[in-house]
Amino acid sequence: MTMFGYRVPMMASLLVWCVIWEIVGRSGAMFLIPPLSDVLVAVVALVQTGTWQAAAITTLNSFLLGMFFAIVVGVILGVLMGRSTTADSLLGIWVNIFVSAPLSALVPVLMILFGMGETTVVVTVFLFAVWIIVLDTRAGIQGVPKSLVEMGRSYGASRFTLYGKIIFLAALPEILAGIRLGVVRGVKGVVIGQLLVAIIGYGELFELYSRNFDMVNFWALTIILFAAAMGLSALIENIEKRVDYYAGVR
Amino acid sequence: MRNITAQAATAAARPAGADVAVEVRGICKMYNEIEALRGIDLDFPAGKLTTLLGPSGCGKTTLLKIVAGLIPATSGEVRVNGNTVTGPGPERAFVFQDFALMPWATVMRNVGFGLELKGMGKNERQAIAQKYIAEVGLSGFENKYPHELSGGMRQRVGLARAFAVNADVLLLDEPFSAVDEQNRRKFQEDLLELVEKEKKTFIFVTHSIEEAVYCSDRIVILSRRPGRIAQIIEPEIDRSASPDAIRRDQGYLDTVEEIWQGLKHYVD
Amino acid sequence: MSFPVQANGSSRAVPPSEASFVWRKLSEHRTALWRTASIGLFFLVWEIAGRIPISFAFPTFLETLRAFVTMTLDGSFVAAYAETLQPLVIGIAISAVIGIGLGIVMGLSRFAEWLAAPVFIVLQAAPMAALIPLITFVYGIGLVSKTLAVIMLALPVIVLNGYKAVRNANPSLVAMCYSFQGNWWQRITKIIIPDASPVIFAGLRLGLAAGFIGVILAELLITPTGIGDLITYHRSVADYPEMYAAVVSIILVSTLTLAALEAFELRVLRPEKRKS
Repeated sequence: MTMFGYRVPMMASLLVWCVIWEIVGRSGAMFLIPPLSDVLVAVVALVQTGTWQAAAITTLNSFLLGMFFAIVVGVILGVLMGRSTTADSLLGIWVNIFVSAPLSALVPVLMILFGMGETTVVVTVFLFAVWIIVLDTRAGIQGVPKSLVEMGRSYGASRFTLYGKIIFLAALPEILAGIRLGVVRGVKGVVIGQLLVAIIGYGELFELYSRNFDMVNFWALTIILFAAAMGLSALIENIEKRVDYYAGVR
Repeated sequence: MRNITAQAATAAARPAGADVAVEVRGICKMYNEIEALRGIDLDFPAGKLTTLLGPSGCGKTTLLKIVAGLIPATSGEVRVNGNTVTGPGPERAFVFQDFALMPWATVMRNVGFGLELKGMGKNERQAIAQKYIAEVGLSGFENKYPHELSGGMRQRVGLARAFAVNADVLLLDEPFSAVDEQNRRKFQEDLLELVEKEKKTFIFVTHSIEEAVYCSDRIVILSRRPGRIAQIIEPEIDRSASPDAIRRDQGYLDTVEEIWQGLKHYVD
Repeated sequence: MSFPVQANGSSRAVPPSEASFVWRKLSEHRTALWRTASIGLFFLVWEIAGRIPISFAFPTFLETLRAFVTMTLDGSFVAAYAETLQPLVIGIAISAVIGIGLGIVMGLSRFAEWLAAPVFIVLQAAPMAALIPLITFVYGIGLVSKTLAVIMLALPVIVLNGYKAVRNANPSLVAMCYSFQGNWWQRITKIIIPDASPVIFAGLRLGLAAGFIGVILAELLITPTGIGDLITYHRSVADYPEMYAAVVSIILVSTLTLAALEAFELRVLRPEKRKS
C-alpha cells in the first residue's frame, strides 16, 4: 500500500482502527466499548495487580505444559505417520477427524474426567494443539525428497543420524509451521478451557469482569491476551523464517 | 544461409521488398535499475516466422511481451500494421509458455475463450473453435479438461486459442519449453505446416538453437543483458524437404554450429 | 526396440489363483479396510477402558452406543439439532456473504487490503472465544447471541481465504485474459473468481468448522439449549453414557458435514484433481 508516494506498512492500518475505537468510546454511543485510552490505562494498572499476575501465571503454566506435550507427542506421531504406512493408515482417520472437530464439546467430558482444575485446561490445550502439529509434521516428513534419504544411506549414515541429521532437519520448516498453528490453537484452547471451567486463571477474571459490567478491565484483559497471542505467533514465525530459506530449494 | 552482421543490422533489419507486419523502433526497457533491453530496432516480415534467440535473461520474452502490449516499454515504440501498440489488440494473439489454460474449462471453452471475451455467441464461437481444434490435431478431445491432456496437447490448445481469434500476428513465448523432447519435435513439424497454411506472421521466442534454425525464416540473436541485437541470420533451408531431411541438411547443421559459436561466450 | 507382447500368453503363465484374486480385491479397498480396522480398534480400546473402568465417569463403548441409539430413536437428538443447527446455518450464511464479498474486495483493492487485512489477521490468530461472555450482555441468551458467536469465530477465516485466493489468482491466466482484450469485469468474473473459488470454498469449510466450535461454546457458556444442553444436563444428573453419546454425536455430525463439503469441493470445483 502506498500513500502520497510513501510505502505505508500493512499493520499501520491497525492504528486507524484504534483511533476509530477511541472516537466511538469517547462518544459513549456503546456502553460495551469504553475509550481505548481508558483501556490502555487499565492495562498498565491491571498488570501490577496480584490477581492478574496470579491468573497470568496459572494460564501461562497450563498453556506451556499443554503445548509441551502437544509438541512432543505431535512431532513423534507425525514422524511415525510420515515414515510408516501402517501407522499412517491406523491413525490418519482420527487425526483428520480431530483436527477439525468441535473440540469445545469435549471439554465437559474432560471436566468430569480430570476435575475442575488446571489439569483439564492442560488437556484442552493439548487436544486443541496436537492434531495440526501431527498433520504438518507428517506432511513435512513425507515431503523429504527420497534422493536426500538415499544420499544419507549411500554415505553410510546410521539410522539415528539419518533421522536426526537429514529427515528431521529437512522437514523442519513444515514442523515449525505446524507448531505455529498449534500455538494459535493452543491459545484458543487455554481460553476456552478456562472459560468453561470458569474458576481458574484468565477465565475466572473474564467471568468476574463481565459479571460486574467492568468493561474497561474486560477489554484490558482481552487486549493483553490478543497481544500475547500475536506476539507468540510472531515469535515462531521469526524462527520459521530462519529455516524457510531451504524449504523452497529442497 | 544469409548472415547479417551486427554492424549492418539496422540497414538490413528492414527486409527489402517484403511487407513488414511489426516494426520495433528504439525499444528500451528498464526494470527499476536494471536495463533489460537497449535500443532495439527490428522489422518482422509479414507471413514469416521470426525467432528471437538468446541466452537466458537477455530480454527476449520481455521484447515479445512489449510487442504483445502486455508490458509497457520504457521508451521507443512498436507498430503493428502501421498502428502504434498501446496494449493488447485483436491483430495480435499470444501463446504462453505455461499454456495459461483455465483448469476449470474444457478444451472447447479454452479454445473459444478469446471469442467469448469478444462477446461472440456460443454456437458461432464453438464452430470456429471446432475448426481450429481439428487443425491442431485435437479432434475428439473437445470435452476433456486440461489436466487430462499431455503437455504437448495442452500447448496445442493454447495454439488453437490463438488461431481462433484470427489475429495477423502470433506471438509465441517459448511454447515448447514445457513439452517433452519427442512431442516437441512432432509439434515443431506440425507448427511449420500451420505456418505454411495460415499465412500469418509468427514471432517466436526460444532458447533452443536447433528449434530456432529448424522453424525460422529469420533468427534474431540478442546479446546478454542489456539485450541488444547481436546478429540476424536467415537460414536458407529448403522447407519443401521432409522434416528428417531438413534435420540432416548440411546448411541446417552449419547454421546451428555458427549460432552456437556466436553464443558460446555468453555461457558461464 | 521391443518385441510385441504375446497376446495369447505363454503356456508357463500361471492362471490367477483364487487366493491372489481375493488379495487383489482386498488391496483395491485397502484404505477402506484400514479405516474400518482403525475405527474398530478405537472402539475396542474404549470398551476395555470403560470396563476397567479408568474413571467412574467413563462409560464403556457399548453403553454409549446404546444411549446413542436410544437418543436417536426417542427424538432427543432431532430436537437438539434443530436448535443447534439453526444459529449455525444462519451464522455461516451471514459470514459467507459478508466474508466472501469482503475477501474479494480486499483481494482486488490494495486500499481495502491495507485497511482490513491486519484486523482479520489479528482476529483469526486471537482467541475470539474470550468475547463470548460480552455478547451475552448485549443480546441476551437467545438466537442472536448464538448466531453472533458463530459469526465471530467463522468470519475471519472466510475473509482471509477469500482475500488470499483472489490476491494470488494465477497471474498467467490474468495476463492471458488481458492479452485477449478481456475487460475489467470479464477479468474478475471469468478468470479471478473461478480461479479463486476452490480456495474460497475451502475457507467456507474452515469457517464451518470454527462455527461448530462457536455454537457449542455458546450453548455451553451462554444458554443451555440444543446439543450443549444435552451435554450439560446429562452431566449434571450423572448419565454419563448419554452425555458421551451427545458429545460423540456432535463430533460425528461436524465430521460428516465437513467431509461432504470436501468431497463436493473435489468433485465440482477442482476438475484437475478429479480422477480421469
